[in-house]
Formats: sequence, structure tokens, C-alpha cells
Amino acid sequence: MEFKASLALIAPEVVLSVSGLVLLLIAAWAGDKASRLVSILSVAAIVAAGALTAPILCAGAMGPDTIAFGGQMQVDAFSAFAKLLIYAAGIACLMVAPPFFERIGAMKAEYPILILFAVLGMGIMVSAGDLLTLYIGLELNSLAAYVLAAFVRSDQRSAEAGLKYFVLGALASGILLYGMSLTYGFAGTTSFDGIRAALSGDLSSGAMFGLIFVLAGLAFKISAVPFHMWTPDVYEGAPTPVTAFFASAPKVAALGLTMRVALEAFGGQTGAWQQVVIFLALASIVVGALGAIGQDNIKRLLAYSSINNVGFILIGLAAATPRGASAMLIYLAIYVAMTIGGFVAVLMLKDKDGEPVEQIAQIAGLSSHRKVLAACLAMVMFSLAGIPPLFGFWGKFMVFQAAVEAGMVPLAAIGIAASVIGAFYYLKVVKVMYFDEPAEVAVGKSDWAHQAVLLVSAIFISPLGYLLTGWLGDLADKAAAALFLVA
Amino acid sequence: MIQTFAFYLFAVLVIASAVMVISSRNPVHSVLWLILAFFNAAGLMVIVGAEFIAMLLVIVYVGAVAVLFLFVVMMLDIDFAELRAGFIKNFPLGIAIALVLLAEMVLGLGAYKAGVIQLGEPSGLAAPLPGESNIESLGALLYGQYLFLFETAGIILLVAMIGAIVLTHREIRSPRGHQDISKQVSRRPEEATEMMRPEVGKGVKL
Repeated sequence: MEFKASLALIAPEVVLSVSGLVLLLIAAWAGDKASRLVSILSVAAIVAAGALTAPILCAGAMGPDTIAFGGQMQVDAFSAFAKLLIYAAGIACLMVAPPFFERIGAMKAEYPILILFAVLGMGIMVSAGDLLTLYIGLELNSLAAYVLAAFVRSDQRSAEAGLKYFVLGALASGILLYGMSLTYGFAGTTSFDGIRAALSGDLSSGAMFGLIFVLAGLAFKISAVPFHMWTPDVYEGAPTPVTAFFASAPKVAALGLTMRVALEAFGGQTGAWQQVVIFLALASIVVGALGAIGQDNIKRLLAYSSINNVGFILIGLAAATPRGASAMLIYLAIYVAMTIGGFVAVLMLKDKDGEPVEQIAQIAGLSSHRKVLAACLAMVMFSLAGIPPLFGFWGKFMVFQAAVEAGMVPLAAIGIAASVIGAFYYLKVVKVMYFDEPAEVAVGKSDWAHQAVLLVSAIFISPLGYLLTGWLGDLADKAAAALFLVA
Repeated sequence: MIQTFAFYLFAVLVIASAVMVISSRNPVHSVLWLILAFFNAAGLMVIVGAEFIAMLLVIVYVGAVAVLFLFVVMMLDIDFAELRAGFIKNFPLGIAIALVLLAEMVLGLGAYKAGVIQLGEPSGLAAPLPGESNIESLGALLYGQYLFLFETAGIILLVAMIGAIVLTHREIRSPRGHQDISKQVSRRPEEATEMMRPEVGKGVKL
């Protein structure tokens, strides 16, 4: 009976894995000719999983009814919120990929299947209630990601990105596993609830080591400074639709996982990890802002921008309050829309032969020949900088508000100061597009799928997004409440 | 009694064959000694009652070593004619080793039937085993409590396999086209060649 209830709870995961296996058979027999069909069916599978997940979030589910397999999975409102974001990002990346890969003749039916399995892994990550689930979800996601990074075999940069990601990812997994084994050794259990109960009072230095190693491994996955070195290279080298995927969904999953580990497993030890998170946040904001200044490739620029944004999101975690967690979730939702919008806009920058344009100098004067695209890209840049009428401001505002409420005024002040530095390079891109001599390079036509995705994300981050604040805030509060159940 | 005897037999053979692994000059012999060492280690596991680890040793290590052996054979330049030369001379020795292995198996099985060696007094703190033997216990855990994780780990392996295929598989398009050997063999000189007597100064017709 318990087993049946557990299976019912993980219905979205069952849908995703079964459809992944069936699509794999279709791909094996029909070959690469069927890649469009497989993409469409993958989108349908993710939509179905989303439809199964949405009611959990709306009901604000939490507590014993949401626990599956004896605490290994927690299918609560928090996991539902994160999963819906991941699913949305996955669908967007499935939609924009076929035109890109078909042009260079690299479209394979395995691409949507790998995305599907990566999405499955990320769904498991954010629902983890046990260190073992955490690790298995993380590896499922990472393994698919390594292959996706190297997906265009003929491109040397893509292969390099895949190899770099693989080697450094394996190192991070090793660090994470070491931390997990130490934590297990000192707590005597791998379940988050058990760890919380076992590690009450002062943390012994061994358990502290375990906590720090786990956080370091997770910081690598969210590319927080000082574990960010791989990000610009991998983002630049990987095919652009894959980069859009890396910058959106895995960030949500890894941040959700970090929140679970910090607030659930080590929720009684806030003092032990708060300093670490504050350092990660500030270092990411500053390094992300300063590193982006010298970049001339727009994908590298967006990579540094994602490092910078992760820093802002971590400020919400440093607050260690339900308010902070809710602010993080709101920021993540807006961040996903901005990132997808940004990378899809980059995908649409093509020269007259359809070759992708990635250099910032080449998009000079874009506003004179591609007005709508330039306007959308400018909007994404303004929103990433957090300039008020756009929705990106709301996320930053919520995070800083949570930090100030938790009494972290200096942290908020430094964050705001650094976001001014960040505004410099975002505005530089806008300046190049609007005020420089037209270079007339990026003149190629773009695909309807790209236009549709860009339009949706542009509407979400436009001032119209503020109409959603009440609804989004309500959902995020419900989700965050699920994390603070024991406290 | 039989356990003690079996233990010393297995232990001595493990050590002896491990020494032979590093001291034998021929790499193929080293690998064979290594397999013998693993078999005896598996025997040691059987007499302390850890049948599952014994099976893993045989399946994983001996299986892996067989692959390693193939690599050694493929990569090193070994003169197999020379190796085969002493076959008849070494035949009695081979039979003797086979008999020793057979005796070991019988002895190990006998020791296992006689009951496991208790390595210490149980403290009574450990959770009771869900199954009869440790294989059953492990199976009950993997397919019961940890079923979800076990199945998901299977998907990870599937993704690894897809990845390996996606990154290395190429459609084979031979530049020379299809080769039909019977067609080549059945070609007659009369169909393939033509006698020409070109006139001087007129050039040749191609």
C-alpha cells in the first residue's frame, strides 16, 4: 500500500522515464529522420509531467503525505515549483534546438531524449529527501549534460567544452561524495530529517568538514565563485541551445538542491553555513560583474552574467528565512525567463549565410536593421541589470528585502553596489546595438520557433510581468513554507 | 576443523599466487596467477559466510581480468608458437593445477556447509537481516527499500550508453562503394580487356 502511494506521488518522474524509453525505441528504429517527431513527443511528455505537478503546487502540499519511498523523495510544493520552472526551461530548449542543429546537419533524435532524461534527473534533485537521491539525481542530470555539451562532434570547441565540463564535473562529484560520506559518518544516516535530528547542538569539526564539502560540490554545479572557472568556457563552446539549457534549468535544480540541503538537512545549523553562503554570494556578484567587462563574445558575457545572478540568488539563502527562500524562488523564475530570452536572442543573431554571430562588435547598430530583435535583447539586458520598469528588478528587490529583514544590511548594500558595476556591461551591449555605426553583419532571418520563445520570455520580463507578482509571490510563499516545516 | 584447514589452504595459495604475479617473467602467466589469487580470495570469503562478495570477486574481477588478459594479448608482442612449444611437457602440471582447484572447490563447499567461521562475537546492535543469506538480504534491500534509487541508477547507466553511442557512432560510408567478391572472381579476361592495334600518329581511342 505504501509502495502504491509512493508510485502515485512520483507520477511525473514515471511519465518522463517511460516516455524517454519509448522515444529511445522510436529513435532507434526511425533514425535521425524522426528527430522532429521525437522533439514534439518529448515536449508533450514534459507538458504531461507538468500537468501532474501543477496541482501539488496549487494545493501547497507539504508534510507526511508528500513523502515517497520512506523519505527518499519529497514531492511537496517546493519541489513542484522548482520542477515547473525546470519543465518550462526544458520545453523552451527543445523548441529552439531543431532549427539550429538542422542547419549544421547535427540534429539527432537523441538530443530531445537526453534533454528529457536531464529534466528527469533535475526533477529528482529538487525532490531529494536523502543524500543518495541527491547524488543519483545530480549524476543523471550531469551525465546527460556532458553529452549535450559535446553534441556537435564536428566542432572542436563543442568537444572541448564537453571534455572540460566532464573532467571538472567529475571532480566536483568526487568532492560532493566525500562530503556526503563524512556527513553520513557523523550523522549515522543519509536522510535529511535524520541528519537534522542527529546534528543538533554544536557541530563537530568532522561534520563541519562534511557540510563544507557538500556545499563546495553544489557550488560547482551552480557555478558560484570560486568554483566558476568552467562556466565561460563551457557556455562559449557548447552549442547555443544547449548553453541556454545549461544556464537555466540546471541552475534551478542545483539551487533548489542547495536550499534543501542547507535549510532542511542542516536547517538546525544555520550559523555553520551562513558565512560560507555569504562569501559565495558576494564573491559571485563581484567576480561575475568584473569578469564580464572585458568579454567580447556575447555567450561568455552571458556566462559571467549567470555567475553574477547566482550571487544575487544566494543572498536570499544567506538570509535563511522563509521570506528569503520565497524571494529566491521568485528570482529564479524571472532569471529563467531572462536567460532563455537572452540566449534565444543570441541564437537569432545570424549573418546573411545563416552562420551564428557571437561577437559583440558584430552586432553594432543592430537596431537599424533588426528593430524587434534589438529591442528584445535590450530589454533582456536592462532586465538582467535590474533596471526598474522591467521584471528583473522585482527579483533583486525581493532578495534584498529579505536580506535587510534578516538584519543583513551590509550584505544588501555591497550587493546593490556591485549590481551598479554589473549594469555597466549590460548597458555597453545596448549602447553597441543602438548608438554604434551599423556593422550590417547580423542580418539573417530567424526561425518562427525562436521568435515565439523570445516573445513569450520578453512579455514575461516586460513591465506586464508585474501583473503576476501577487500570484507568483503567493506560489513562492507556499513552496518556501514546505522547506521550513520542521523549524 | 575443515574450516581451519580450508582457510590455511586458501590463504597460502592467495599469497603464493600473488608472489607469482609479480615475479613471473611472462605477462600472460602473471595474469593467470592473478586469476588464481582472486579465486582463492573468493574461497576465503565463502568460509566467512560472505557468499555475495565471493560471487562478486569471481564475476567482476575474474571477468574484468579476462578482458585485461585480452588486452595484454592484443597489445604485447608475444610469440605464441614459443608459448605453445612446451604444451605436452607442461601437460601433467596443468592437470595437477586443475585437480588442486577442484579439491579447493570441494573443500570450500564442505567448509561452507559445515558452517561459517565466526570472526567475533556479535554485539547485537546491528539490524536483523531481512533474508536468510546475505544475497537475499542485499536483494531485499535493493529491490525493496531502495527500489527507486536502484531503478534510477539504471537510467543513469542507460544515459551513459546513449552518450557513448551519440559521441562515437558514425554512419559508415565506404569511399570505394560496395565490394562483391564473387563478381570479381567470376570476371573473365575477355570481358575485361580488349586488343587494340592503334595506327601510328593517330593517337588512341580511350
